[in-house]
Amino acid sequence: MDLLAFGLLFLIQTVPYGIAVLGLNINWGFTGLFNVGVAGFYAVGAYTSAILTAPEQLHSIAFGLPAGVGWLASMLTAAIVAYAIGKICLRLRSDYLAIATIGIAEILRLVIKNYQDLTGGTYGIQNLPRPFEFVGGYGADLAFLAVGIVIVAVLYILIERMWRSPWGRVMRAIRENEVAAAAAGKNVEAFRLEAFVVGSALMGLAGAIAVHASKSVGIEGTEPLEVTFLLWVMLIVGGSGNNKGALIGVVLIWALWSILPDFIAAGFLPLIESAFDLSEENVEDVSRRIPYVRLFLIGVLLQVVLQKFPGGLLREKAPSLAKQPAS
Amino acid sequence: MIKVENVSKSFGGIQAVRDCSLEVARGTITGLIGPNGAGKSTLFNTIAGVFPPTSGRVILDGQDVTGRKPHELFGLGLVRTFQIAHEYATMPVIENLMVTPPGQSGESIFRAMLGGSQMRREEAELRQTAEEVLDFLKLTHVKYELAGNLSGGQKKLLELGRTMMTDARVVLLDEVGAGINRTLLGDLAKNIRRLNEERGYTFFVIEHDMDLIGDLCDPVIVMAEGTVLTQGDMTDIRADKRVIEAYLGHSDQPEAVADA
Repeated sequence: MDLLAFGLLFLIQTVPYGIAVLGLNINWGFTGLFNVGVAGFYAVGAYTSAILTAPEQLHSIAFGLPAGVGWLASMLTAAIVAYAIGKICLRLRSDYLAIATIGIAEILRLVIKNYQDLTGGTYGIQNLPRPFEFVGGYGADLAFLAVGIVIVAVLYILIERMWRSPWGRVMRAIRENEVAAAAAGKNVEAFRLEAFVVGSALMGLAGAIAVHASKSVGIEGTEPLEVTFLLWVMLIVGGSGNNKGALIGVVLIWALWSILPDFIAAGFLPLIESAFDLSEENVEDVSRRIPYVRLFLIGVLLQVVLQKFPGGLLREKAPSLAKQPAS
Repeated sequence: MIKVENVSKSFGGIQAVRDCSLEVARGTITGLIGPNGAGKSTLFNTIAGVFPPTSGRVILDGQDVTGRKPHELFGLGLVRTFQIAHEYATMPVIENLMVTPPGQSGESIFRAMLGGSQMRREEAELRQTAEEVLDFLKLTHVKYELAGNLSGGQKKLLELGRTMMTDARVVLLDEVGAGINRTLLGDLAKNIRRLNEERGYTFFVIEHDMDLIGDLCDPVIVMAEGTVLTQGDMTDIRADKRVIEAYLGHSDQPEAVADA
């Protein structure tokens, strides 16, 4: 694959992560909601858009609507699902919320996997429309990437405003001390629900954009490892509570995740080969295992960041400190 | 202003408050004292809506508010501070104050996204109020410090400051003086009296510092073993044998037993 194509693919793949990480930042960075069910909302968004926009399918229903409709619907559906879940689960605190959301995400994914008439089950849904694909060649990728970047930029601006607003201030107060926030007259349950629903809606949109980028959806594309786990690492490494940091975390971690295996294969495999005098079978075996090394390396990176940069590469900064009046 | 009617509160087998009735009159600074375990904080938490009473009623300004949640009571003008300071640790001091005022238009998520001049104007006003409060409390020099970095005493002042960010009618102070040095304590008492006189706040104060109580409060209510033992002004309270016994334990002399 030549460099330009690889670069475009790389950047297009960061767009959904960028959207979802902003949502997760609203959950965790702003409000302190330990949502480990990202993959569930991502899947709901992905399938909503896929079902609405796909052309006729062999194994499931499809509606053939334009992609934009699918994207809006994905946000709406994820928000509705999040509202229902949040109504029940948000009374749980920290680790208990994590346990509940991780379980609910798996339930959602299992429903999707088994409800074949609707979701195609293990067949998935193919031939999704991709905006600007009529352009052809690199132009199509470029145009799609541009759409993605515009969406991320608009969301970034809106969410930065939310961070600096009284709304964001209440969220941080709830994160820091719920009891005090309630004693200061804030309806903690309602605010937490708002943050949960908005964050989850963005995760849904992320799922939708990801499946339109690859033009197909299958349940294996919503693995918690590649969605929930990676997103959490991105947010923590980049800096939770800092939208810019979160986006930097996305690019950094996705670069490691997607480039590392090739890099190791090219750089180290010959070394290992000669050092251990491996047979051909063994070489194959080793190269098959290389992708798993990245899990280990990302774990190491997470440890280093947590030790050396508690709070992430770009730390949270309170709005009143960012913009102190001149006086 | 506040009327507690036959309130009881049990936690499992422990009855922290039992059949307790008392009244805090409008415009007073009413003290609440009693030995550790007398049920003062539990009673406070019941009034403030942290948990509902097992039985009995809480009346705020003639309105039955039993079982209302803290944020609803705040809306009715009841504000509280905490025995252990509840600051928002990673937020600057000034933002700790700016959170409190109710009805901020920027608390709506849509307004927050759109911004707009109304929100900016409100924010400017809020900042002004917060700076005045910091001035009042002599905390201006730590305006941009993260609240978690303040000393224990400063955090207590910040607690009091939060009650000044809203038009409170009645303020519950839970050991507001604990951990504050003598000089600062004097300031604090002065501030409480000023708020009482200038803004008409009614105060209901739990405190272990008898000098502060004697200085500020009239009347003083004494609690022991979950219920009201007596009430009156501090001179009477100091002379009351039952109060001394509640703090120091029963004496073996027969007349004391008869008294109790």
